[in-house]
Amino acid sequence: MTTSSPYEHHEYDVLIIGAGGAGLRAAIEAKQRGLSVALVTKSLLGKAHTVMAEGGMAAAMGNVSAEDNWKVHFRDTMRGGKMLNNYRMAELHAKESPDRVHELEQWGALFDRTKDGKILQRDFGGHRYARLAHVGDRTGLELIRTLQQKVVSMGTDVYMECKVLRLVHDSDGRIAGCVAYWRPTGEFVTFAAKAIILATGGVGKAWKFTSNSWESTGDGQALALWAGAKLIDMECVQFHPTGMVWPLSVRGLLVTEGVRGDGGVLRNSEGERFMFRYVPDMFRAETAESEEEGDRWYEDHNAGRRPPELLPRDEVARAINSEVKAGRGSPHGGVYLDIATRRSAEYIQRRLPSMYHQFMELAGVDITREAMEIGPTCHYIMGGVKVDADTTATTVPGLFAAGEVAAGLHGANRLGGNSLSDLVVFGRRAGMGAADYIEGGQGATDFNLAEVEGAIAEALAPLEHTGGESPYDVHRDLQEMMQTNVGIIRTGSEIADAIEQLETFTERVKNLSVPGGRKYNPGWNLATDLPSMITVAKCTARGAIERKESRGGHTRDDFPTADPEYGKINFAHSMSGGTWDGEITTERSPLLVMPDELASLMEEGK
Amino acid sequence: MAEVTMRVWRGDASGGDFETYTLPKNEGEVVLDVVHRIQATEAPDLACRWNCKAGKCGSCSAEINGKPSLMCMTRVDELPEGPITVTPMKTFPIIRDLVTDVSFNFAMAEKIPALLPPPMPAEGYRMFQEDVQRGQEFRKCIECFLCQDVCHVIRDHEDNKEHYAGPRFLMRIAELEMHPLDTNDRREYAREEMGLGFCNITKCCTEVCPEGIHITDNALIALKERVVDAHYDPVAWLGRKILRRTKRTAAEAAVQPAP
Repeated sequence: MTTSSPYEHHEYDVLIIGAGGAGLRAAIEAKQRGLSVALVTKSLLGKAHTVMAEGGMAAAMGNVSAEDNWKVHFRDTMRGGKMLNNYRMAELHAKESPDRVHELEQWGALFDRTKDGKILQRDFGGHRYARLAHVGDRTGLELIRTLQQKVVSMGTDVYMECKVLRLVHDSDGRIAGCVAYWRPTGEFVTFAAKAIILATGGVGKAWKFTSNSWESTGDGQALALWAGAKLIDMECVQFHPTGMVWPLSVRGLLVTEGVRGDGGVLRNSEGERFMFRYVPDMFRAETAESEEEGDRWYEDHNAGRRPPELLPRDEVARAINSEVKAGRGSPHGGVYLDIATRRSAEYIQRRLPSMYHQFMELAGVDITREAMEIGPTCHYIMGGVKVDADTTATTVPGLFAAGEVAAGLHGANRLGGNSLSDLVVFGRRAGMGAADYIEGGQGATDFNLAEVEGAIAEALAPLEHTGGESPYDVHRDLQEMMQTNVGIIRTGSEIADAIEQLETFTERVKNLSVPGGRKYNPGWNLATDLPSMITVAKCTARGAIERKESRGGHTRDDFPTADPEYGKINFAHSMSGGTWDGEITTERSPLLVMPDELASLMEEGK
Repeated sequence: MAEVTMRVWRGDASGGDFETYTLPKNEGEVVLDVVHRIQATEAPDLACRWNCKAGKCGSCSAEINGKPSLMCMTRVDELPEGPITVTPMKTFPIIRDLVTDVSFNFAMAEKIPALLPPPMPAEGYRMFQEDVQRGQEFRKCIECFLCQDVCHVIRDHEDNKEHYAGPRFLMRIAELEMHPLDTNDRREYAREEMGLGFCNITKCCTEVCPEGIHITDNALIALKERVVDAHYDPVAWLGRKILRRTKRTAAEAAVQPAP
């Protein structure tokens, strides 16, 4: 296919949007298949949100607990996800993640070791055995740097600080490419590609208190929806139990679950280890009943059951929220996380160096001596683009998605450590899926320039319009609104209010004004992020009002328990019409039914 | 109410000047918070790079009161009283305001011969903590490029950029050389192509490293010692003479297929 584009133009077999763990791993796979591959990232290479992952990547290698295997990992993932998961994704993930970890070592990763020289694994919430391969508390950095160095050594083209605005179709509705703009110059650029892989991450920046970086603006979910793909489970948003709460300027910044895995406990203002009061029935049989039993477990995993601080994230976050609401919070509205009592300063500094550094520098708190003040922070969206488990294909031909932007693996709640492994397992599968699609000769035949022109006109509007609103004001108000109305605990009337307000936000975006030129203008860039954030927020709110139950990362005050009927369906959102503010349709979509041999695993070891 | 005054360099490749902004002071803020508040109020087009705001991604590098620093990890209340001056990194060409063109670094990264491990045994590699630890220190690097910015070899001598990789990438070579699985040899390459000899161990890089990596002592000096051993050892010299034609060049090694 040759395309005449009036803009700077490039053609590739596979174009990958996003250069975090999933995008990089997809690039390696597609490149190894002999295809021409390019990565487009809105930041510099190596800065993606993957660097923020701290605790580790889950893979049932059994290096620390020989009993571990893929079946247990599968079961933990499904139960952590409150059974809303795409079982096939959970199966593939559990089976393939050990190979993906080993492969990283071939490419240069240096994981922490066991005494006999194997990859060390650490305990984390919701994982029955010590399962997380890690490097101190900077595992995400190790993962992204290793993949980045591999991608660079293979000679892959990387377009940095280049932001994709819209996907482009051919006349048969297949994906044909995209239109983007260069942040340093403000010039537009088009890419024709036979297949596109979305690997753009999450949308945490739509909430006020979040562990996410500025990049997490839901670009991929929105691009997919606008292009005709379906989004599911958008109401399932993970609030990580432990974000910093003070100083205000770092509120939301992540405190790794590794603190709890390595011996940290949660206390309220009365000094009580309150988590013992919040153990749900589903996890009672495997959770310690008393502090003494929990304490024994830290020293010897066979001497007691796991302490309740290591329950899945949704459970812990809700418990903290309840304690603060009941007036038992810390001075800055969190609770206490204490590792200093159990562990030596040397141990903490070796195991959790970034946490030590982060609290010392930003809060003036020495975590080897004092407890940390922490509270829930918006961390991850389980929902996203609906994909086929094996190929990561979306419902639009030629469009694939992997990593946080895709939905299914984590169901209603993601277990810590399952994200980094998700990136490499499904990043690889996305590369394979796209390569198979191209080899099947299904690539696009032409390139719809009208879509390009429409997206460019939309992007330029805030620069041409004067006297309108600042994108910073709209963003701040959106974050406040989502935090209040579609936050960790939700209620029908507030969600309905959010849905209404999101229409007002849509209108406000049309009245944005941005001063300055096109060259590296952050105000303009934010103006181009807002349609994505608002589109994704709409789907989250619509899913949240429809799901009249509480499950995982979706908690309804007015429907506080799980309803088995809702456990059989996802809410799927789609859009038609080609404009970003088009009508969204939300429908019920049945979950895949697990085959008997997998279903029987769910009963084992309860 | 207490106030904070910030002088921010604004402009592009054609020139620029300082703009002064005065804002109310908030408890516990870092320099990047103040820059963000300036963007949200007076100057929505003030260009700066940032991602994580947690000292983990290395995007928000700048010079604060003349010192190369991460804006997200520099607390306002720990700076001396008086206006805070924020300028872009000096060593790299200006794009706009606080954003510089750091492509030099990505070009250097591309040149480094890749890791060449032996085939992986079925049960995975065995490596020991004491062997991986040295490399792990260097792999804490967040690629903020502050060490590159401060290094006078390229900060003060633009011409040297052609022949000198800078502390970040010499450290990367050291890391690969010390990698327990590596079978490649980059010592001559470090000397001939990456300008290891330009480094005269003034330790400025170590001083500005936000990760506290001992770049000079643990990476650069160690690499220099290895290179000296290889280069001036008469047996190695003879070996090089004989093997010159058969040994893979560094550039070829860099594009070895994936194991």
